[in-house]
Amino acid sequence: MADLTSNFLGISSPNPFWLASAPPTDKAYNVERAFEAGWGGVVWKTLGSEGPPVVNVNGPRYGAIYGHDRHLIGLNNIELITDRDLYVNLKEITEVKKRWPDRALIVSLMVPCDEESWKAILPLVEETGADGIELNFGCPHGMSERGMGAAVGQVPEYIQMVTEWCKKYYSKPVIVKLTPNITDVRYPARAAKAGGADAVSLINTINSIVEVDLDNFAPVPTIDGKGSHGGYCGPAVKPIAMNMVAEIARDVETAGLPISGIGGITTWRDAAEFISLGCGNVQVCTAAMTYGFKVVQEMITGLSDWMDEKGINSIDEFMGRAVPNVTDWKYLNLNYVTKAKINQDLCIECGRCHIACEDTSHQAITNMVDGKRHFEVIDEECVGCNLCVNVCPVDDCITMEPIAGMDPRTGKPIDPEYANWTTHPNNPSANTEAAE
Amino acid sequence: MSDRQPLSRDVQSARLSAAEYDENFSDLHAPLDWHEAKVEAERCYFCYDAPCMTACPTSIDIPLFIRQISADNPTGSAKTILNQNIMGGMCARVCPTETLCEEVCVREVAEGKPVKIGQLQRYATDHFMESKRPHPFTRKAETGKKVAIVGAGPAGMSCAHHLAREGHDVTVFEARNKPGGLNEFGIASYKSTENFAQREIEFLLEIGGIEIKTGQRLGEEIALDQLTSDYDAVFLGLGLKNTNRLNLEGENAPGCEDAIDYIAALRQAEDKSILSVGRNVVVIGGGMTAIDIAIQTKLLGAENVTICYRRGQDAMNASLYEQELAQTHGVKIMHWRQPNSIKLNEQGEVCGLEVETTSDASGKLSGTGEMQIIQADQIFKAIGQKFDSTLLSDHQVELEQGRIKVSDTRQTSHQKIWAGGDCIVGGEDLTVVAVEDGKIAAQHINSVLQG
Ligand SMILES: Cc1cc2nc3c(=O)[nH]c(=O)nc-3n(C[C@H](O)[C@H](O)[C@H](O)COP(=O)(O)OP(=O)(O)OC[C@H]3O[C@@H](n4cnc5c(N)ncnc54)[C@H](O)[C@@H]3O)c2cc1C
Ligand SMILES: Cc1cc2nc3c(=O)[nH]c(=O)nc-3n(C[C@H](O)[C@H](O)[C@H](O)COP(=O)(O)O)c2cc1C
Ligand code: SF4
Ligand code: SF4
Ligand code: SF4
Repeated sequence: MADLTSNFLGISSPNPFWLASAPPTDKAYNVERAFEAGWGGVVWKTLGSEGPPVVNVNGPRYGAIYGHDRHLIGLNNIELITDRDLYVNLKEITEVKKRWPDRALIVSLMVPCDEESWKAILPLVEETGADGIELNFGCPHGMSERGMGAAVGQVPEYIQMVTEWCKKYYSKPVIVKLTPNITDVRYPARAAKAGGADAVSLINTINSIVEVDLDNFAPVPTIDGKGSHGGYCGPAVKPIAMNMVAEIARDVETAGLPISGIGGITTWRDAAEFISLGCGNVQVCTAAMTYGFKVVQEMITGLSDWMDEKGINSIDEFMGRAVPNVTDWKYLNLNYVTKAKINQDLCIECGRCHIACEDTSHQAITNMVDGKRHFEVIDEECVGCNLCVNVCPVDDCITMEPIAGMDPRTGKPIDPEYANWTTHPNNPSANTEAAE
Repeated sequence: MSDRQPLSRDVQSARLSAAEYDENFSDLHAPLDWHEAKVEAERCYFCYDAPCMTACPTSIDIPLFIRQISADNPTGSAKTILNQNIMGGMCARVCPTETLCEEVCVREVAEGKPVKIGQLQRYATDHFMESKRPHPFTRKAETGKKVAIVGAGPAGMSCAHHLAREGHDVTVFEARNKPGGLNEFGIASYKSTENFAQREIEFLLEIGGIEIKTGQRLGEEIALDQLTSDYDAVFLGLGLKNTNRLNLEGENAPGCEDAIDYIAALRQAEDKSILSVGRNVVVIGGGMTAIDIAIQTKLLGAENVTICYRRGQDAMNASLYEQELAQTHGVKIMHWRQPNSIKLNEQGEVCGLEVETTSDASGKLSGTGEMQIIQADQIFKAIGQKFDSTLLSDHQVELEQGRIKVSDTRQTSHQKIWAGGDCIVGGEDLTVVAVEDGKIAAQHINSVLQG
């Protein structure tokens, strides 16, 4: 059986699945249930400074979007950081860490953006025996209006500054959690590294309005007739999160900076994808909030079985394996020519490929042949875009097949050599020497 | 006489408790609730040039109406359905979808599980009718043209609605005391519950411009000549009448009954316990009527119900689904049996049916000489119906194969007379086909009347 042990930043945990800082990690009761269910670690729900805790709304705080059969694919929330007393949290953290020494326990923090506040809280956290801290620079609602959370995460200088304070007043690993609500995630990541961060974790939730109630004309969740933007998470955000992870993983300035992947991770496969894009471990929130802590059992067994099948022995062995294959568009091989091919034995003749290509692409799929309903790709028209593959309801029914020799669409021979846009004759700024 | 058998005969009413009758004659399929409808609707692929739509005799835009359900617009969905088929509610209940739209659904082809088109159609139309919304269509300005329709069955009423929509004045002459035709008097009771046929007629009349005159029988109270002179056009939706005869001795004895008449009585009986049913019932025939009478006598408490059909399973007019439905209700289907003689008791009442095994090995159906007597307290004849051609005996309207001959536009040989439904030649004897006939005729009548 594959070894799932994770050693992220020297913090060991029996598997790479941590619960992200959120309601599932709000208190000892939840965290201990999570550990019993098998989670490798948790990032405790974000703590604030000493004093009266924040308050949450008392109306609904979640909204959702659904796929078929009310399958939850996106969740949005307007919850704040912990609304429990700081000392209660610290006491519970201390006790839980003592009882579960083999699990990772990270404390998430968000305090005002001044050195004093950080200096005050960090020794208290140090005392708990927790394995590290995560700086919540991501919360997009409620806290950012108070100059914390995303308000800090959107300003690289602040990130660097706060990270430096933390490294100064705290001895264990410091993880900086990034907000996706920025234009280029590489800048905050670079700032975190410059500040001495041991790792970045991403993504936090995305600013969102998930629904408008068309009876009351107000965003959902609606509180007494009004709604506010919330933070979006769950399966729907995974593609956005993976892109951001990959951007950091392949940026020369942050190359090698450990990454904890977060955003829509629901199954072992999602986790494996994040890890292959350079994450040392992963964090999960919505999947646990949707299905309960038991989902980790599917993740653990799935990852282990897949690794066994692939002959991969440890997480490190495949971590980052996909990073070299993430490239810029301009480097993609323009001499790689594919054509869609329909497997007639699998085709159920729904006609979706035809109408998608006919109405919105390249008129490259028939719907009638010799007076009979029949769907066939016309190679002379097919540009190989893949749309038909994506809309076909049958698995593996349409495949994209690379071709060589002559391209029936252009009538020109296909150059077997790699060539990209940087050297293409149509590119005004092409490197003409290479084009020769 | 030698064929008078000393068998005891058991025919009784009130075989069951009130609760059992209620249970037995409730909806065959419970209607889908909102969530079920949504989940089912989401199974639809929104096919291009959808095969289901081509298979629907009324060409309902099935992918569109299903998509409207999944997009939370059941009202719009119902309008899509009703625009093509004003009796979409009844058709959702009675169409043999397994041989129409659902048979060709790509998901039937792919996985043997079609999208439940009929149930979704029922969901949308029920939603519309139950929400008591205003009628979905408005009548065009009155044209002053008058059309007579004979027969208030699905063909006649569909024609009436389309003509009224175009602004014509429609008078429907109906022989019975109630409109609806076989929707009211024929369809199995577990398919059309809670007085649906009458509710649908009321809904259809909301368009305005339609008057129904009941108790008006063509050939008695009214004459075709009169109608063609008093009205601008006439549509005949007369359906069928006489059940074919067995031509056996004893056919008129107590206990040998016409399935259609019995079903009509059953459909009209509020209290099913008044219906007398035999302990042993034998049904002769292989179509929808045979299945329906068999199942419904079983539901009335008959102990043994046997359908005798003279050919093999493949030749049965009832779909495989209908046959299975009968079997799951405990009906026994005997193939390759033809009636040979009716057995009567001392009192001259039916007590058995002698059947002969048949074969088509020689290429032609014939008896093998092997006989068998099936105990029967009641024998139901369900061997098809005929058109009552005496109604048109003055030959103003040409017939073919005993039914009315029509063109593609459902116009008869008489320039002012159109016809549709079961009474025309080549019909499939389905509600939905009758509805389509009425619609096609109305479209042509309208174009003729508008000049
Ligand atoms: C027992 C049974 C079960 C069936 N089950 C199904 C089913 O499940 N699904 C399905 O699709 N189809 C079914 N059918 C067939 C379906 O009912 C018919 O195809 C359909 O009703 C035909 O419609 P129509 O308007 O042509 O005739 P009808 O429904 O027969 O209507 C004819 C109307 O004309 C009236 N009429 C007749 N003569 C005169 C006259 N001289 N003057 C005035 N009025 C007259 C009649 O009283 C009647 O109201 C079934 C039929 C039977 C008999
Ligand atoms: C209700 C809710 C509350 C959250 N609170 C916090 C928080 O206090 N601190 C924090 O760093 N992230 C918080 N998050 C963000 C999650 O930790 C995580 O980054 C995000 O949900 C994406 O992961 P997912 O797609 O697995 O849910 C919260 C998320 C949710 C749904
Ligand atoms: S790959 Fe694109 S162009 Fe080719 S058939 Fe499919 S949809 Fe059409
Ligand atoms: S989308 Fe797929 S199943 Fe449908 S017609 Fe095209 S190839 Fe066949
Ligand atoms: S054939 Fe089936 S899947 Fe396709 S549109 Fe019709 S109901 Fe939907």
